[in-house]
Amino acid sequence: MSVNYIPAVFEVLRDTDRCIKCRACERQCANEVHYFDEDFDKMQVIEAQCVDCQRCVTICPTSALKIRKNQNEFREGANYPQKLIIENYLQAQTGAVLLSSMGNPVDLPVYWDKILINASQVTNPSIDPLREPMETKVYLGKKSLDIKRGDDGEIIPDTEYPQLELDVPIMFSAMSYGSISYNAHESLARAATQLGTFYNTGEGGLHKDFYKYGPNTIVQVASGRFGVSKQYLDQGAAIEIKMGQGAKPGIGGHLPGKKVNADVSQTRMIPMGTDAISPAPHHDIYSIEDLRQLIFSLKEATEYKKPVMVKIAAVHNVAAIASGIARSGADILVLDGFRGGTGAAPTRIRDNVGIPIELALAAVDQRLRDEHIRNEVSVVVAGSVRSSADCVKAFALGADACYIGTAALLAIGCHLCRSCHGAKCNWGIATQRADLVRRLNPDFAYKRLVNLVHAWDHEIKEMMGGMGINSIESLKGNRLMLRGVGLNDRELEILGIKHAGE
Amino acid sequence: MQKKEGEIRIPSGCAITGFISRNGNRISGGDAIKSIEVMHDRSNGLGGGFAGYGIYPEYKDQYAFHIFYESSEAKDYTEKYLDRHFDIINLSKIPTKQVKEITKEPLIWRYFVNPLPTRVAASQLDEEEYVAQCVLKINKDHKDSFVFSSGKNMGVFKAVGFPEDVGRFYRLDEYAGYSWTVHGRYPTNTPGWWGGAHPFALLDYSIVHNGEISSYDANRRFIEMFGYQCTLQTDTEVITYIIDFLNRKKKLTLSEIAEVIAAPFWTTIERREPKECERLKYLRNVFAGMLITGPFSIILGYKGGLMALNDRLKLRSMVVGEKDDMFYIASEECAIRAICKDAEDIRAPRGGEAVIAELNEEGRRKCL
Amino acid sequence: MKRVYVNEERCLGCHLCEYWCAYANSGEKDIMTAFKLGKDATPRINVEDDGDVHFAVQCRHCDDTPCVKACITGALSCNDGVVEINRDKCVGCYTCVLTCPYGCIVIDKKNGGKTVTKCELCTDNSNGEPVCVRECINGAIVFEER
Repeated sequence: MSVNYIPAVFEVLRDTDRCIKCRACERQCANEVHYFDEDFDKMQVIEAQCVDCQRCVTICPTSALKIRKNQNEFREGANYPQKLIIENYLQAQTGAVLLSSMGNPVDLPVYWDKILINASQVTNPSIDPLREPMETKVYLGKKSLDIKRGDDGEIIPDTEYPQLELDVPIMFSAMSYGSISYNAHESLARAATQLGTFYNTGEGGLHKDFYKYGPNTIVQVASGRFGVSKQYLDQGAAIEIKMGQGAKPGIGGHLPGKKVNADVSQTRMIPMGTDAISPAPHHDIYSIEDLRQLIFSLKEATEYKKPVMVKIAAVHNVAAIASGIARSGADILVLDGFRGGTGAAPTRIRDNVGIPIELALAAVDQRLRDEHIRNEVSVVVAGSVRSSADCVKAFALGADACYIGTAALLAIGCHLCRSCHGAKCNWGIATQRADLVRRLNPDFAYKRLVNLVHAWDHEIKEMMGGMGINSIESLKGNRLMLRGVGLNDRELEILGIKHAGE
Repeated sequence: MQKKEGEIRIPSGCAITGFISRNGNRISGGDAIKSIEVMHDRSNGLGGGFAGYGIYPEYKDQYAFHIFYESSEAKDYTEKYLDRHFDIINLSKIPTKQVKEITKEPLIWRYFVNPLPTRVAASQLDEEEYVAQCVLKINKDHKDSFVFSSGKNMGVFKAVGFPEDVGRFYRLDEYAGYSWTVHGRYPTNTPGWWGGAHPFALLDYSIVHNGEISSYDANRRFIEMFGYQCTLQTDTEVITYIIDFLNRKKKLTLSEIAEVIAAPFWTTIERREPKECERLKYLRNVFAGMLITGPFSIILGYKGGLMALNDRLKLRSMVVGEKDDMFYIASEECAIRAICKDAEDIRAPRGGEAVIAELNEEGRRKCL
Repeated sequence: MKRVYVNEERCLGCHLCEYWCAYANSGEKDIMTAFKLGKDATPRINVEDDGDVHFAVQCRHCDDTPCVKACITGALSCNDGVVEINRDKCVGCYTCVLTCPYGCIVIDKKNGGKTVTKCELCTDNSNGEPVCVRECINGAIVFEER
């Protein structure tokens, strides 16, 4: 045994004047940070095991606990910050690839925060959503503008391509059963059903208990093909081909073996306890024409009744790739930005690969319009849509709808400790341990999801009303409603917006 | 430097009026002036214009191009282009009269043209599309030239000034047509040039519009996918293109167009009987990018008729009235009373309700 | 009659209900005071743990009330379905403790074990509703008619 170079990341502060030694913190910490010391008759901590999930802080009946960054400091240096030093220690110790979870936390620009929204003054009235109708219903899918008329001259209302009807322009993005718990999936499914929107199975198949939520389910087909069967495809309202994920462009899904319990194993159709590592590419898709074949295979399998979505990570050449996908028969294109979350990803990839969703969306929407094919495909954005304001900005840049993943998890208790890959989520979300899963009560959680989306929807309506817009169609791609602040000409040009004051 | 219309977007308020003789009687442009004049306060002297239908019976088979030139070089350049693409049957300056309120006039020319059949054939477009593309091309690419009227047996007359002065400037009392629409503009900025005044027209379609649509950029970016170029950044321009697209290219009827651009609310649609509900849902879904929101009242002039339409919340005033074969539409009732004291059945159409008045059989026989 | 029920599928075994119960019935100004300064508040609810199974147990307010029948002084009585205790009459014989089939009557440590105490559905304190139900972090304890 040699010296352990790695200091605790957090300090656990306990106010012993407040602590009543109820030991709830001890019982609720899956990382075994807290313990009761009989000799000293007090609670003690092993700080090195703390991930700052805030579970103990939240449930402590006397508010006796605080977690903060370890105040111990290495000698400062801009080139080698403490985090990087520790990561090198860790790799020297383990010889392994660093793993992380959730979205890229690195201090890179968040363009949402540099975009401002317009409001009406004088020349055009703002509209009050509490007093006037305000519409956020969206139909996703390819639109054919070829009007067909019957012998009587009346229009035949046949959209030609299947459509998804969303009562709110927000869906829950792909999070697999395995990466998140049964109760988390149940919460998402029930919330999507009540909201009149969709949740996404992710690449882990669909538990049979949730087949009943099928009309509000998007079933995903990823490179590992976990849990994919005819029956599975038939359950969903739409099928999503996952080509890439914003959190880890260029590689496939990672599910640590400790999350593969009996139920997950059955749903994924893989042995218990084995790591589920999806191949980096789809091995039947090495080119764009191969994608077309998979799209149409899935359409054939489901009799052309369900829209097929294609999800890609936002990477450098995203506009051209998107244009290719639009020409390959996809009904809906999903763009996932570099801030998108994950249950496990190599740290270096999560933090360094991909581009911001705002720029990707703007570039893709413009390219599809330049190519005159924007109507051929709906565009859904994911990869850190954090608030209703982000949604409004996304719609104005050109998105048809937004996917939320991290925000949805926050609604059900996630505290963004980014330790999902540890499989010991104290909130019962990113874990399969029965005692932890039980902590997420779907009866509460689904209502919290419904609340969150309702609140966002109302805020979207408020902002639309301010702009004098009373239907979301009129916001879509309406970039005049946006202005940039503190952006350079190149950024403004890519975003297709003017600077504030112009 | 102050920017011209087209380089910036200028919100405006307005007055509009229009009327049609369904029997096809030709009415003097003087009536149009009288009608708009009473709504003087709804304009601010920075734009006014007229569209008259049935005013060129002697050239009713030719496209009548009205063009503004900012310089004689521009005129030479554009005329060469016209020569290459059209057979010019007649050309002349549009007659005007000195009015002290109207200043800085550009060169204003009128051409009656036939598209060259060989060019049309080579373009593989139908004739109207060929003409439309030539017009859009000039307006986009020819510096200092602007085609502001391009229909058959109709013409647009517009300028910077109060509309009644504009009417006198163009000597409109010397023209007679079966229908007229008029626009008085209240822009927040100086448009800088005459092309920014309204009506806006493409082929036989002309639009006068009062409002500021909130959906402008959504509509613009959508319609530009179909070969249109919104060079003026005005609502009127984009609405005209949308109507041209839906009516001429997609063959939607005018009332179907109203159901697209001022679509009923989803809750209203759901209350309709199932077949109608499906139809309206379909139109709204498929043409989502052409829904226009924000305040507008428009009068669409087209060959043989007028359509009046308000936004779905009716955020702009508009009334209609009738007397015998005459049908009137205006921002305010006074504009109708000014030319028809005893107009009947004056009413305010609901938001999103298309009101259509067309030549009857007699009128069609006389005028078309 | 509305009773407190526990859903063992939801019970996490955090034992917080015990502390909130004890505090709610302690008459102290806050939860810290109830457990500090040598005060020893007694919970009337107890979470039983067996591996991954946890179950909070408190007086069932049984219809046949064996404890009331066993009470030698008449300190226990059943009023409108709620089994109540009159501490002035209790002599601390613990017969009820032996009789209760659920082990829900507990010795009150607060007064040195001279009396017993038990859940009275928070009808005898200022909370107005069962505090264990209100404070359960997972909705495992409910107060409802069944």
